[in-house]
Amino acid sequence: MTQNKIIDAEGIERILRRIAHEISERNQGTRNLALVGIPTGGVHLAYRLSRIIKEMEGNQVETGELDTTLYRDDLPLKGPIYRLKRTDIPFDLNGRRVILIDDVLQTGRTIRAALDAITDLGRPRNIQLAVLIDRGGRELPIQADYTGKLVTPTGNEEIEVRLRESDGADEVIVREKKPDEKPKG
Amino acid sequence: MTLKSRHLLGLESLTRAEIEHFLDTAGSLKEISSRDIKKVPTLRGKTVINLFFEASTRTRTSFEIAAKRLSADTINFSASNSSVTKGETLIDTAKNIEAMRPDLVVIRHPASGAPELLTHWVDLPIINAGDGSHEHPTQGLLDLFTVREKKGKIDGLTLTIIGDITHSRVARSDIYGFQKMGARVRVCGPPTLIPPGIESLGVQKFTRLEPALEGADVVMVLRIQLERLATPPFPSLREYSRLFGINLERLRRLKPGSIIMHPGPINRGVEISPEVAYSSSSVILDQVENGVAVRMAVLYLLSGRGTETRPTEKELLTDRNIQM
Repeated sequence: MTQNKIIDAEGIERILRRIAHEISERNQGTRNLALVGIPTGGVHLAYRLSRIIKEMEGNQVETGELDTTLYRDDLPLKGPIYRLKRTDIPFDLNGRRVILIDDVLQTGRTIRAALDAITDLGRPRNIQLAVLIDRGGRELPIQADYTGKLVTPTGNEEIEVRLRESDGADEVIVREKKPDEKPKG
Repeated sequence: MTLKSRHLLGLESLTRAEIEHFLDTAGSLKEISSRDIKKVPTLRGKTVINLFFEASTRTRTSFEIAAKRLSADTINFSASNSSVTKGETLIDTAKNIEAMRPDLVVIRHPASGAPELLTHWVDLPIINAGDGSHEHPTQGLLDLFTVREKKGKIDGLTLTIIGDITHSRVARSDIYGFQKMGARVRVCGPPTLIPPGIESLGVQKFTRLEPALEGADVVMVLRIQLERLATPPFPSLREYSRLFGINLERLRRLKPGSIIMHPGPINRGVEISPEVAYSSSSVILDQVENGVAVRMAVLYLLSGRGTETRPTEKELLTDRNIQM
């Protein structure tokens, strides 16, 4: 299978630093912010952003994780074929500026589910979306506020984000699609 | 991970990996019950029928709350105010309910094997909520979940089950479940309440309490089910309590860090003293709390599974010679 590395470890680090600056600029600082990662890639990225913001601004931004499986719109059709992950948001979301973080944005369905899930947990002042890769192919009117890199793969290509916390290395690769691969959110 | 069966009839037929899948799913779902809005939309549009042919408060309420927290619609059906009192058979009742197109059936029945019987007659996932003295699989799962939560593991622990082993479906489910998960299981009670040959299930049998409690990590106290016992199997409740009841003095002699469990409802002062039931070693109310998460996991994992091919009623009647 051919594969092509489009972002390396340094590239991911630079993107996260840039996004951290953008978040801080747009929100006039990082007070009253909360970072919420979508498992599994988004959670790792959320904790990294939190660390970068701490270095940059000196304050600790509260960080949590949000499993969207129970809110998916394809569950009634397919049944519970997805293994549940963890939702752990040990702070109040009411009145917060929430930055939702995912590794890849494609159809927008995961983010739709995440918005519903957040609504059940509280009423943030606003919700913003940060993604490492926007690979196009939207099925819902959802756009990211902070985008690492825009990638447009061809029909039989797939984007894979590998992070050292779960995959042992930091890289984004474009590779040929496996036969039965589902689109990512 | 996929489950072999679309039903949950007992823990005897589950693999260790399947049990862990139920427990891990319950672990993810537990958080929902601590929210302000205790509801997720997952089973929206699904209908769960609770068919209870036997008195139950805890289990029925727990299943109903579990279904509602997943946004399923629930219908409770109890034998006392239904067509059962007009002489309808279990199979006819089930066929009629099936015709109203529910998605899952939860059944409690005084006859062992009643849930399994239904699986041959209706094309729906069947969840056993306790059948006679056979099994109570969701109780077994919530006991496992609670022990894993409190002790951090199940492998290598020693569980002692005390009481009426013969008539207890909880004992049966716990014996299967805990052994599959790597625990050693002891049973203890008056000889009249321990079925002969119980050792063939791999458990150790004790008829005296002290050696059974020695080194135990988990003590499961069973209710003396007076309503199930036609002739008393022991001279008096007071004697039972003296020989097998868990009181403060016996609690103090347990291995440090061991926990006390009870499937409820408790007979205060018979098999367990109130001081023990509400002591810091007791996890009885944790069991009840975890029961909701475990039942949510069971409903979630068994909902929406594809239908299986199954024999027609005609084939059943001729092949199995089942009388309607």
